[in-house]
Amino acid sequence: MRFVDEFRDPDVINKTADEIRRLADPGRHYRLMEVCGGHTHAIYRFGLKDILPDNIELIHGPGCPVCVLPMGRIDDGLALAEDPNVIFAAFGDMMRVPGVHGSPLERKARGMDVRIVYSPSDALKLAKTNPDKHVMFFAIGFETTAPSSALTILRAKAEGIHNFSLFCNHVTIIPAIRAILDSPDMRLDAFIGPGHVSTVIGCRPYEWIAANERKPIVVSGFEPLDMLQSIVMLLRQLKAGEARVENQYKRVVPWEGNRAALKAMAEVFELRPYFEWRGLGFISQSALRIRNNYAEWDSEQRFTVPGVRVTDPKAAQCGEVLKGVLKPAQCKLFGKECTPEHPVGALMVSSEGSCAAYFNYEHRKAMATTLARPA
Amino acid sequence: MCLAIPGKVLDVFPGMPCLATVEVAGVRRKVDLGLLENDMPKSGDWVLIHVGFAMSKISEKDALDQMQTLIMLGESEQAIQEVQGYGLESVEEPPQ
Repeated sequence: MRFVDEFRDPDVINKTADEIRRLADPGRHYRLMEVCGGHTHAIYRFGLKDILPDNIELIHGPGCPVCVLPMGRIDDGLALAEDPNVIFAAFGDMMRVPGVHGSPLERKARGMDVRIVYSPSDALKLAKTNPDKHVMFFAIGFETTAPSSALTILRAKAEGIHNFSLFCNHVTIIPAIRAILDSPDMRLDAFIGPGHVSTVIGCRPYEWIAANERKPIVVSGFEPLDMLQSIVMLLRQLKAGEARVENQYKRVVPWEGNRAALKAMAEVFELRPYFEWRGLGFISQSALRIRNNYAEWDSEQRFTVPGVRVTDPKAAQCGEVLKGVLKPAQCKLFGKECTPEHPVGALMVSSEGSCAAYFNYEHRKAMATTLARPA
Repeated sequence: MCLAIPGKVLDVFPGMPCLATVEVAGVRRKVDLGLLENDMPKSGDWVLIHVGFAMSKISEKDALDQMQTLIMLGESEQAIQEVQGYGLESVEEPPQ
């Protein structure tokens, strides 16, 4: 419990941890998946594993959009930006993500016009201030960022800005959860549901997990107490043999989601028949593309995309880690060929990827302890 | 990109796009309120911001708690950097 004293309400944290120990059947092993990369980061950062009993295992899910993006998509986007009239704009998270011919940052060093933006609106602004160039915004993210992309395209249309397009890599969380549940080696008991995605989609889309798969799911906030309370709620359901959707993060997540955001997404985007996820392979209806009505602002409809496909090295066991079959450190490449500085597999790419989070907090800590030990 | 950044709405400038001046830990920037058109914030309200767009209204206590969470996660500087990076000001200069 190394960090408990630093948390707000340490007494409440301790009481909640006691409740978890009381509810957890010592004869049972619990495997709970946190879907969201933000939760994965928080779990390691706060050392929550140290607070939980040994028979509660947290499995890190597919909710890091940078991690699950196939390398070929980055190469496709950068290929379009080889035209000197194109400005490649993307969030900072994308800048160090490697493509076959280098990351956006490396390509910038070699002369490509690459810009970091913090909002899709900033990319639209770039288009206004660079009327002789075409600005391509490389859009990534789950339902948390997709509405902002949609609204930006609506703004571009309304303002008649024609030198702007969006290279859409937005993915949706529900099909990824379904793919994990359909996997034959899946062994999960319950889900900690994503907080900010649920701000947009609400809680209803998870009801099939409870109804059809008989797995409890609790939408959770990101503070230590939020996650511990969510685990209490899951354990209570498991103890009672129930499977329901519950909302621990009511202060932010409305049950019905954000209607304006869903409306903007439905207006601009439609589901792709299938999309490739790094580590999980092709998943049907798991990603968004821009509708024909907005083709002018769709990089893929406006330009010829090479359609690069890059296979992850066979030795990287990202899929097994994503499904919870292996722990990050059990992958053959972890900490050797594959590190945050030189990522080979998907989950080492972003700080919210489970392998990178594990490496940054657990592996480095273990290494420091080893080095500090007298010979 | 996935950060939820709490901010206090200072001024709302209706129009297309509907912008607001929002203060985040002393930094003032414009954010887009278009995703809250069904529950439009007013001056004094607190919102959670994702990539330059206000995504939900929250209480002042929850906003302060959220900032504390970002500090504990080691992401508060990144959040400020992100907010400082929003270049929405000149999208449509609001009337003074």
